[in-house]
Amino acid sequence: MTTRKTETLVGLFVALAIAATMLLALRVVNQGMAGNSETFTVKARFDNIGGLKPRSSVKVGGVVVGRVERIYLHKTDLVPIVELQISTEYANTFPDTSSLSILTSGLLGEQFIGLLPGFIFPEDLVRIEEDKVCETTSLNNCPYLTEGEEVFDTKSALILEDLIGQILFKQGSE
Amino acid sequence: MNFLVNYFSGLGKSTLNRVNGVGAASIMLYGALFAFPQWKNIRLTISQIYIVGVQSLLIVMVSGLFIGMVMALQGYTILVNYGAEGSLGPMVALSILRELGPVVTALLFAGRAGSALTAEIGLMKATEQLSSLEMMAIDPLRRVVSPRFWAGIISLPMLTLIFSAIGILGGHLVGVDWLGVDAGSYWSIMQATVEWEKDVVNGIIKSAVFALVIVWIALYKGYSCIPTSEGISQATTQTVVYSSLAILGLDFILTALMFGI
Repeated sequence: MTTRKTETLVGLFVALAIAATMLLALRVVNQGMAGNSETFTVKARFDNIGGLKPRSSVKVGGVVVGRVERIYLHKTDLVPIVELQISTEYANTFPDTSSLSILTSGLLGEQFIGLLPGFIFPEDLVRIEEDKVCETTSLNNCPYLTEGEEVFDTKSALILEDLIGQILFKQGSE
Repeated sequence: MNFLVNYFSGLGKSTLNRVNGVGAASIMLYGALFAFPQWKNIRLTISQIYIVGVQSLLIVMVSGLFIGMVMALQGYTILVNYGAEGSLGPMVALSILRELGPVVTALLFAGRAGSALTAEIGLMKATEQLSSLEMMAIDPLRRVVSPRFWAGIISLPMLTLIFSAIGILGGHLVGVDWLGVDAGSYWSIMQATVEWEKDVVNGIIKSAVFALVIVWIALYKGYSCIPTSEGISQATTQTVVYSSLAILGLDFILTALMFGI
């Protein structure tokens, strides 16, 4: 029966298309952190962001923990503000004394934000244990990075022209 | 004076003809688009998907394989100069998913399926099959045009997906298996760079737009051709030329809208 054969072949065609979609979805496309997982937002101000772009990754020791959500200029201070989205998997993990620096992967690679975890004072550890400051609704006293918090310890991107300028200035003064 | 009148009447005539053509094509598009919900036509559509889609599969898969392979070869010879052959994966994947997949598949589809549609409908008109259908109170738009129309719109995005997947595998074949790029970096940098909505979904949207334009041009040219052997050959040629130009022009506009600033 010809119609049956036709329908079977069309079915195989559709199956092939689905297989191609699966290959693209599973092997080719950016996985994880694709916006599905829940995140919390952290702000940071830099002097110079260099070539950082939205969707650049935030890494801790090479492990991706979040992405850059938005970059904009502070209206009065005129410095760039970077909003980071960090996966809730890492909520109450990084102390608020952590520092952020803009790094480059390889010599010509893309720029990303490196997060260097800070430390927690022993008395804060006691507060977490006894006062449960990270479980209340107002997280202001929580010594970990939480929703809406600003990171103050930041290092800007390395600008090659500034670096060369500094070397020349140093040599000129000697 | 007579010359001037002739000139203006000629200009007016050609303008009216063109406007008439656009109008007739739009009415046909409307008729074909809104004739779909008839479930008894689903069998006709499936058999057209077989003719338009399944029979185009071989040419699309072979072209996809070779285009992926040649992209990897060309990319490798350039990237290796900078020691950046690890970036071969994203280069092949992005250029195929964003541009080559939709455009080359659409061009092949216009040549392979679009021309056949025009010739088929044109011959139906020349042998007065369409008029006979109307005599039997069967709407040829519903019975003949609409299944072909929907078959094209359903088939081309699927063909594009298959083309892209095979192209990326072809790039892997040449880049990794032959030229010795590290398989881990081929896939992992690709995964870090390619995004689902921005790259894959935009490619599918592109190919759906191309499919609409190709089948629209092909069916309209067949439906409105001069019912002689010469007229059919002219209509078939026009289908391929017009739809190729429309694909390339629309591709620029869509790319500017999707990836432009």
